[in-house]
Amino acid sequence: MSFKIASSPHNRVNRSTANLMLLVAIAALPGILVQAVLFGYGVLIQLLLAIVTAWAAEALTMQLRKKPVLPPLKDHSALLTGLLLAIAIPPYAPWWLIVIGTFFAVVIVKQLYGGLGNNLFNPAMAAYVMLLIAFPLQMTQWLPPASLQSDSLNLSDAVCAVFSQFSCSGFSISQLQTGIDGISMATPLDTLRTDLTAGKTLTESLQQPVFYGIAGAGWLWVNLAYLAGGLVLLKLNVIGWRIPLAVLGSLFIFSTLSWLAAADSNPSPLFQLFSGATMLAAFFIATDPVSASTTNKGRLLYGALIGFMIFIIRKYGGYPDGVAFAVLLANMAVPLIDYYTRPRTYGHKAKGTGK
Amino acid sequence: MPSLFQQIQAGKLWDFHGGVHPPTRKAQTAQKPIGVMPLPDRLFIPLRQHIGVAGNILVASGQRVLKGQPLTSADNSMAVPVHAPTSGTIIDIGDHISPHPSALPDITITLEPDGLDEWRPQYPLNLTTSDNLSILERIQESGIAGMGGAGFPAHLKAGLTQPVDYLIINAVECEPYISSDDALMQDGAITIVKGIDILCKLLNPKAVLIGIEDDKPVASAALKAACSQREHYFVRDVPTKYPSGGEKQLIQLLTSKEVPAGRRPIDIGIVMLNVGTAYAIAQAVLDDHPLLSRVVTVTGETLSQPQNVRALIGTPVSDLLTFCGYQHQSDGKIIMGGPMMGFTLPNLDVPIIKTTNCILAPSQYELPAAGPELDCIRCSACADVCPASLLPQQLLWYSKAKDPAKLDEYNLFDCIECGACAYVCPSEIPLVQYYRVAKADIREQQREAVKAEQAKARFEARNARLEREKQERMARNKQLAQAREQAQQTDSNSNAVAEALARIKAKQAAQTTAPADREQILAEREAKKQQARAYQAEKATSKAPPESGPASANLSSPADPVKESPASAKSAAVAAAIARAKAKKAAQAQADMQEKAVDAEQTKQPEAIEPATPQAATDPRKAAIAAAIARAKAKKQADSEKS
Ligand code: SF4
Ligand code: SF4
Repeated sequence: MSFKIASSPHNRVNRSTANLMLLVAIAALPGILVQAVLFGYGVLIQLLLAIVTAWAAEALTMQLRKKPVLPPLKDHSALLTGLLLAIAIPPYAPWWLIVIGTFFAVVIVKQLYGGLGNNLFNPAMAAYVMLLIAFPLQMTQWLPPASLQSDSLNLSDAVCAVFSQFSCSGFSISQLQTGIDGISMATPLDTLRTDLTAGKTLTESLQQPVFYGIAGAGWLWVNLAYLAGGLVLLKLNVIGWRIPLAVLGSLFIFSTLSWLAAADSNPSPLFQLFSGATMLAAFFIATDPVSASTTNKGRLLYGALIGFMIFIIRKYGGYPDGVAFAVLLANMAVPLIDYYTRPRTYGHKAKGTGK
Repeated sequence: MPSLFQQIQAGKLWDFHGGVHPPTRKAQTAQKPIGVMPLPDRLFIPLRQHIGVAGNILVASGQRVLKGQPLTSADNSMAVPVHAPTSGTIIDIGDHISPHPSALPDITITLEPDGLDEWRPQYPLNLTTSDNLSILERIQESGIAGMGGAGFPAHLKAGLTQPVDYLIINAVECEPYISSDDALMQDGAITIVKGIDILCKLLNPKAVLIGIEDDKPVASAALKAACSQREHYFVRDVPTKYPSGGEKQLIQLLTSKEVPAGRRPIDIGIVMLNVGTAYAIAQAVLDDHPLLSRVVTVTGETLSQPQNVRALIGTPVSDLLTFCGYQHQSDGKIIMGGPMMGFTLPNLDVPIIKTTNCILAPSQYELPAAGPELDCIRCSACADVCPASLLPQQLLWYSKAKDPAKLDEYNLFDCIECGACAYVCPSEIPLVQYYRVAKADIREQQREAVKAEQAKARFEARNARLEREKQERMARNKQLAQAREQAQQTDSNSNAVAEALARIKAKQAAQTTAPADREQILAEREAKKQQARAYQAEKATSKAPPESGPASANLSSPADPVKESPASAKSAAVAAAIARAKAKKAAQAQADMQEKAVDAEQTKQPEAIEPATPQAATDPRKAAIAAAIARAKAKKQADSEKS
């Protein structure tokens, strides 16, 4: 009789890293669908491109590193990275943008740092920032919500747009960006910032159709969908409550303070919470375990830092949304945060000192 | 604000950080009666079944022993004896596979039962008339070591003299599958409480807290009923969570206190014993029934009759499994202990010992083998469940990096190896295994460091001694050199004297020779003259006196230097002898030193001695050469003198 030798513990919860990643991806689906419905099918095409590129890039690096190709593909981390980047960039951005971005995310940001678990930065956000700096024009060409588009795009139009930057009927992206009323529109956040910089008051700016609704046309629904997905993840214990709560909490507090101080030049807290990529950031991006803080207190701090940075960048920065920068900055602070928020070990007195 | 003691009395419970809820799977065995096995063919009784040292063997191979007869003695406080679990014959004393994760062979007494189960005479103690010392002695002699798993000698805990606030009886049994304590409590609650009474007599605590997980309602009720007459005994149902049965965790649960790092529970006024130990103490003291058997949970899906069994110490696992209807599965594993902290057995000859609470024979579906280890994704699930509030992912990182300083900073040695972190890790990283290896490495390094420290101290002491010896040697060499110089001076002095003497002698001799010749000539001439005179006297009636006397008298004068010459040779010989003696002494001294150096070499590191050895070897050689030269000179001198 032969017996297996193994080290304890001999039982384990059957929740694998791959499962966790997949659950996060699935929870993002409602948001993606709302995005597709409200902003056109471009996002789905981007998604497809991103995932294929991510897999190819992962396989390629594993091949070059002379390691088995399949295990990293099976952990679904590349899939998630591609997915997050695809939903963050404008839906009708040219195809090569997402390909370059995803490749950068997987190969440079993740694999060059040693693969899953060793990357300092959130791959999707690092790639986003890289694209934003390298291709600022393409990265800001958001179309208005489908309801405000002068010509709505069908699926084949979307494909044409992504691959040729013209719809099948020959409209260019910049033409498509122009709304029914003939005014070129970007995202509500972008428009608002441009207007406020141009000296308009908030009330004047909010007259524009892109601000239809609480957080700008369409964006409220997108954010609500991501919020729902995020709550499911919380419920399933895939993510912890600390980071999302801290992100939203600090964004809410700072925007409330500024709003109370000067209501006419600061958007309302609700607008802040439900516009742009706020919910996506709070539940799907900031919670990426690899690049987030690992201690309980540290996670609160990390989340709060992200919320604060989003607020600051939205208010003073030169970019439409501050999520990516905020996350990267917080990523950089993680080693420090982790070091100073170590929990007190049982039976030890002072904190942080390890003694 | 009520005091802590009031809160504890009022039944307040606290919580500890983290913990997990693995499926408990105790129902298969908990409610069944405790099974009684037929006598095994062989019992394998390891001498050491506890933390401490083995006792001395009292029996010999071939000897018949009675049930309860001690096989080893308890001759020091860390020793706990083992007993014959039944009557029979000792058939072997030697190595046998040990019930330890290493499975290394350990010295074991093999007993062949004779089926009579014949007791030695028993002498129960009368509690009211016995003093604490004799009770403690009885506990030790009965071979009782902590039955919860650690195997700490019970008499050491029961004999603590520091003041005790709380005596905590650990009846938590938080490991999944295991229900041996549960079964024991359902059966023997009254005996357990008697055991606690004895412990109270010894330790005199303010209160007794009995912690039991709330998934054992029957056992808890039995204990509560048994304790009902004792008002400072409190049975506390703690929430089911792993590892609430850990010593530190249970203390925190019941008293909110934490055992400071590196200290023992007694330092905060707490003593904790397992229920099984309390039961064994009652049996030992009140019935003189030493620890001969224990309840073992034998469970898992490969068994047709999983159950709790009262097994004799030394029963091979194979007998237990057969008794419970084991069906072997290829690639299956047999675990001694629970699924969280137990270890797998390489074969079934391993015996049950005092600390064995479970034999688990799971099917592959029940406890599947771990999947491939993936990279840590820093999800911190491990940190969330760690009862010691450690950061397992950081410990993993530094364990892999082999960074003992960081491991210490992150308190690796506070890890109780409960396995909660590895249980939840989504990347299926065998975290505990990494920690065990890291701990073993660090212990090894520490041992090495201690050894190196000792070696260093020895080396330094040796260096100091060598230096001292060198100084002494140099001083002596100086003396010797002076002595030699003096000796040489003496030699050359005597040479000069001798040469001078020789010169004088030669001169005298020459002088002596010269006059002699002249005298001879003169004498011849005289003789011729005398002959002539005689002829003339003959001629003129001869009257010639002999004239050779003065010549012979003159001839005797060169004898003076010859008379002096032996004296000079003597002094040269003496000087040579002295020089020889000194040289010999010097050589001897050098040889002694060399010997010492060789001695030193034997006790010291070889590389350190190397520079000293040739030096030590050179000196005597030099001395010998010097001595030889001195001898040669002296001899030459003496010879030249003699000639
Ligand atoms: S095994 Fe050690 S590190 Fe892991 S949970 Fe238990 S105490 Fe914490
Ligand atoms: S649970 Fe595993 S994967 Fe998660 S942080 Fe801990 S070691 Fe890493």
